[in-house]
Amino acid sequence: MSNFRILPAGDRAFVVEFGDVISRAVNAKALELDARLATAAPPGIIETVPTFRSLLICFDPSICSPEKLFAAVARLAEAQNETSVETRRWRVPVCYQPPYAIDLEDIARYADVSTNDVASIHAALPQHIYMLGFLPGQPYLGDLNDILALPRRRSPRPKVAAGSVGIAGRMTCVFPRETPCGLNVIGRCPLALSQSQGRPRFLLSPGDQVIFEPISVREFDLLSQSPAGDASAFERYQIS
Amino acid sequence: MHASIQFIAPGLSTTVQDLGRPGYSRYGVPTGGAIDPVGLRAANILVGNASDCGALEIAYVGPSFVVNANSARIAFFGASAQIEILNEELSCEPIRMRTGQSALLHRGQVVKVGSLSGSAVMYMAIEGGFAIDPVLGSISTYARGALGGFEGRRLQAGDRLPLRLHEADERPEITMELPEDWRRTKFRVVDGAQTDYFSPEVFDRFCISEYSIGAGSDRMGMRLDGPALTHLRGFNIVSDGIVPGSIQVPGDGLPIVLLRDHQTTGGYPKIATVISADLAALGRAPIGSTIMFERVSMEAASIAFSEMASDIEQLPNKVRQVELQAGAIEFRLGSCNLISGVSFAH
Repeated sequence: MSNFRILPAGDRAFVVEFGDVISRAVNAKALELDARLATAAPPGIIETVPTFRSLLICFDPSICSPEKLFAAVARLAEAQNETSVETRRWRVPVCYQPPYAIDLEDIARYADVSTNDVASIHAALPQHIYMLGFLPGQPYLGDLNDILALPRRRSPRPKVAAGSVGIAGRMTCVFPRETPCGLNVIGRCPLALSQSQGRPRFLLSPGDQVIFEPISVREFDLLSQSPAGDASAFERYQIS
Repeated sequence: MHASIQFIAPGLSTTVQDLGRPGYSRYGVPTGGAIDPVGLRAANILVGNASDCGALEIAYVGPSFVVNANSARIAFFGASAQIEILNEELSCEPIRMRTGQSALLHRGQVVKVGSLSGSAVMYMAIEGGFAIDPVLGSISTYARGALGGFEGRRLQAGDRLPLRLHEADERPEITMELPEDWRRTKFRVVDGAQTDYFSPEVFDRFCISEYSIGAGSDRMGMRLDGPALTHLRGFNIVSDGIVPGSIQVPGDGLPIVLLRDHQTTGGYPKIATVISADLAALGRAPIGSTIMFERVSMEAASIAFSEMASDIEQLPNKVRQVELQAGAIEFRLGSCNLISGVSFAH
């Protein structure tokens, strides 16, 4: 796991950067270091935040000096042994039809395919969760087939509904709640991906795999009206 | 039924905050918590709470609320503001309550908090705290994620915020002065993860320039107006992690200092990071005021952090008892509801 840089991020955090591109190989290194740190658990670490290409490490300098922690983290990052990153696979139902797929026409036109084909292209391959961010529980997934690699919308929408599935570049996002959005909305998921009030859970984790499963408008409406819309029911959608 | 305070007017942005919820940034939930954690602790100390207890964070313009409890001890800390106590019928002269001093209120009394000066925020702690279940280990409100606090949002007129205590203890009221250096205009920074996206000249310009805090600043971030900072090689980076105090520079070159409710990851180069010892004071700097940055070494940041930690430890030693004044005794004998630790409006 060579080729990393340790960059300062204030007096209580630093970044281990593995590259400045979105790539599975770079992301895998960040997730691998994250897993190694979770196992080694050097004292003083408050939390870690894996991103596309780096790992943010927040620490308490009253427990461990930055120098000591840099050294411990560098040793882990340099270690040659293979580390398996625990990943899970999920089925995520998505309705790729109007009225939920508000940008379906634009997407089909850009890809030069029929509106019926958009769903099967988007759902064809399992997608990898690079990281969560922007909103609580919001996954960034990739990589999309190049055919669907639209640019962001010229002017963002002031809001899209919770569950909206947006695409831009080779990335897919599922928005856990209503939000302003510059992505092209390809469909909507009827399930809550996270539950923040009550007993909060974030089911998806960085490194997990997601298989999108096209469903009809009728199935969408049934699922979103049933109690299956809450996060506990979502566990049923775990494949492995 | 719970004792509560019921809001008549919510103020500009009044939220429940404690010291936040570390540990969930990987899921997109920032630590959040009080924008001025020192003010929060001082307010709690004045009402006898643990200093990390949840309290109201009041920004710029304060709320009005009525006390629905047999009695409740409250204290405001962190800014100056006109605070009036009225009885339910509003039939007697309002009584003026000081910030930085505890006071015992009774059922039906109305508290009206005016505009803040001296800080963007102040805290109102209440003895026993709020009866709110923690979300992810904290009762801090993260409004953007609709999470924690009172229904995951700012307080609104009509809200009944439940209290843990129906009645406050009888005890003398106490007071604490604002610590020295409460309001600062210069904030120390260390390098950010993308300092090398800027030339040394641009970094110097950043440190010798005055920036004013722009409208649109909130708990998420502080938008700065002043000299634009040019990037050496573009302003789009692949997202990486953000901490409170990260200073990102988007395409227009105007820096944004990320505060407690920052997004957990971001795609603009971060030129510098405000040191953690200066974050509380930065949170106090109001919109429209002018600030500057000063680059310091990591060692200096670390020393400043230890000093701040020991200042916080010393806070409980700074309280002193409020001497009951002749005016207050007269007032106790008067026709209005009992209230101690307050002085008459003039």
